[in-house]
Amino acid sequence: MPERKIRVLIAKPGLDGHDRGAKVIARALRDAGMEVIYTGLRQTPEMIASAAVQEDVDVIGLSILSGAHNTICPRLMELLRAKGMDDVTVVIGGIIPEADIAALKQAGIAEIFLPGTTTQAIVDFIRSRTAAPAQQG
Amino acid sequence: MSGKPRDNERSPSPPADGRTIGNRERTPKFTTVSGYPIRQLYTQADLAQWDAERDLGLPGELPYTRGIHPAMYRSRLWTMRQFAGFGTAEDTNARFRYLLSQGQTGLSVAFDLPTLMGYDSDDPLAEGEVGKCGVAISSLADMEALFDSIPLADVTTSMTINSPAAAIWAMYLAVAEKQGADWKALSGTLQNDILKEYIAQKEYIYPPEPSMRLVTDTIEFGAEHTPKFNPISISGYHIREAGSTAIQELAFTLRDGIEYVEKCLERGLEVAEFAPRLSFFFNAHNDFFEEIAKYRAARRIWQRVMRERFGAKNPRSWTLRFHTQTAGCSLTAQQPYNNVARTAVQALAAVLGGTQSLHTNSLDEAWALPTEAAATIALRTQQIIGYESGVTNTADSFGGSYFVETLTNEIERGAEEYIAKIDALGGMVAAIERGYPQREIADAAYRYQVEVDAKDKIVVGVNDYLTEEKPIEILQIDPSAAARQSERLRRLRAERSNSQVERSLEGLRKAAAHIPVAAGQANGNLMPYLYEAAKAYATLGEMCGALRQVFGAYEEVAIT
Repeated sequence: MPERKIRVLIAKPGLDGHDRGAKVIARALRDAGMEVIYTGLRQTPEMIASAAVQEDVDVIGLSILSGAHNTICPRLMELLRAKGMDDVTVVIGGIIPEADIAALKQAGIAEIFLPGTTTQAIVDFIRSRTAAPAQQG
Repeated sequence: MSGKPRDNERSPSPPADGRTIGNRERTPKFTTVSGYPIRQLYTQADLAQWDAERDLGLPGELPYTRGIHPAMYRSRLWTMRQFAGFGTAEDTNARFRYLLSQGQTGLSVAFDLPTLMGYDSDDPLAEGEVGKCGVAISSLADMEALFDSIPLADVTTSMTINSPAAAIWAMYLAVAEKQGADWKALSGTLQNDILKEYIAQKEYIYPPEPSMRLVTDTIEFGAEHTPKFNPISISGYHIREAGSTAIQELAFTLRDGIEYVEKCLERGLEVAEFAPRLSFFFNAHNDFFEEIAKYRAARRIWQRVMRERFGAKNPRSWTLRFHTQTAGCSLTAQQPYNNVARTAVQALAAVLGGTQSLHTNSLDEAWALPTEAAATIALRTQQIIGYESGVTNTADSFGGSYFVETLTNEIERGAEEYIAKIDALGGMVAAIERGYPQREIADAAYRYQVEVDAKDKIVVGVNDYLTEEKPIEILQIDPSAAARQSERLRRLRAERSNSQVERSLEGLRKAAAHIPVAAGQANGNLMPYLYEAAKAYATLGEMCGALRQVFGAYEEVAIT
């Protein structure tokens, strides 16, 4: 049986349209052999949580540059818990002040990737978080 | 410090252009930040086909390679125009007055994301975004507060707003009227470039066709009522920030310009009525010579487009005037003080390329909107270039340089090829609908990232020369901005004449549903209707909402 690919939802929440980072990461993860679903722009936390359930993803990658992370992230985590998606790994990339990082991790965000992160570092992190869980089916 | 030694350890690159390589080279290929190959040396042989009279000319003369004014910065320096906006109108008004007091010579308004998308601050979709990336402007009341004690007749104002540009401009014109300023004397720029939103920045509301109509409406209205105001700033900046190469930035921007000219001609305007007020906006990225060559090529292509493609007879229609902003995407979160050096190099390229106005980014912008202290250093950088460096003493100091002239020729040729390709696709709107420019940019952005990840391109402090560092102090946006805005909107809706607002919105909807076919046709241009609505204190969300009802909303097919 072929090994199940790691499934990643790349999401762009909020009103911001700067999608360079989201697209570069989507392509890099795909080149690394992952299954990537890109939501497109202007997704609410509700839309992202629904897409995560529907696509049965292992990882959600949020791209946020607008400063709205403190509003968006806690709500998304709450919705994921309500949908029984506690095991999904949620990461953020974008412009996030250092002072906000602890609270985001507290809310359940697994990692925050700041500008300058290599795509390989993100690939490695996702692989380390998703190692071996997909064998039970 | 980290990193491997790179000097003199690789074999020489193969001879370029049949020339012999004199010495061993430290890397197998030398390219610009865009990935464009650069040769070891440029000589007279590179300019064999080049004719100084035809291709270079003099400053202020065709083909404008050397700049659009005969004396360039000897007659007047560029406008130092720092983009600013955060929190509420009062917060930003205070920053504007500070910047003017520090010698800034023009204003530039950054709006927050809800405003850019045509939503009021109290819209549920605005939650968490009010005042974050710019100032929140939901009605004429906010616009009045934004320009409180700033006489619009005496200051030039640039407004970075696109999909809701016509509505925001209507509010600005209403403030001017209230201040007693003559519209004919108003000077400034509305960004109003919707095509690059579909291509790159993605702050669009309506589909392309009605959006282009709104742009044409503002150009037509401006030609009649505000002869000194630039109704559009055709922008490559955001295309470059999205990851394009310099050639793509140039080509897509100029092709967008061609599309706007065509729309105005279809409307029945004469070229001479509007072309002199078309303005442009380019990025200044890290690669010094590539950027200088890009600006020179831009002017040369545009005069040819205007004269040959559109038969423009007035020299004022031939000159490409442009604003420049240093590259936000080049700023690093790591070792942020290095960004002062990057910005200085980029700003110098813009000046040596002949820019008419300039924004220099602040060192802390990979973290947040700039603090006052960081914004002051950015402004001082321009003043140092303007008053200390001596580069303003003569026009186009690189004119005749083998390298710069060759690079100008090559960038011009590369851009012309893209323009021809988009022509063949049926124009820019058709190309956008096929995802063509979006895909070209995404490919370039990915190539660059791969090069940085592989350390083929060194970014100081990011993939080499790393140090341990402490966080810097960043601007905190007052979290009460959203609540203050909601309260102001609640009061506004209670105090204004809601029947008058409803009447003005109904007029707007009716006019929008009517398709204009020729200039001067009754109910054709939407600007007078937006102006009426703005004066009645209809909110931005109400005006844009009325147009959304008629025009619908645009959804892109995402390309990854």
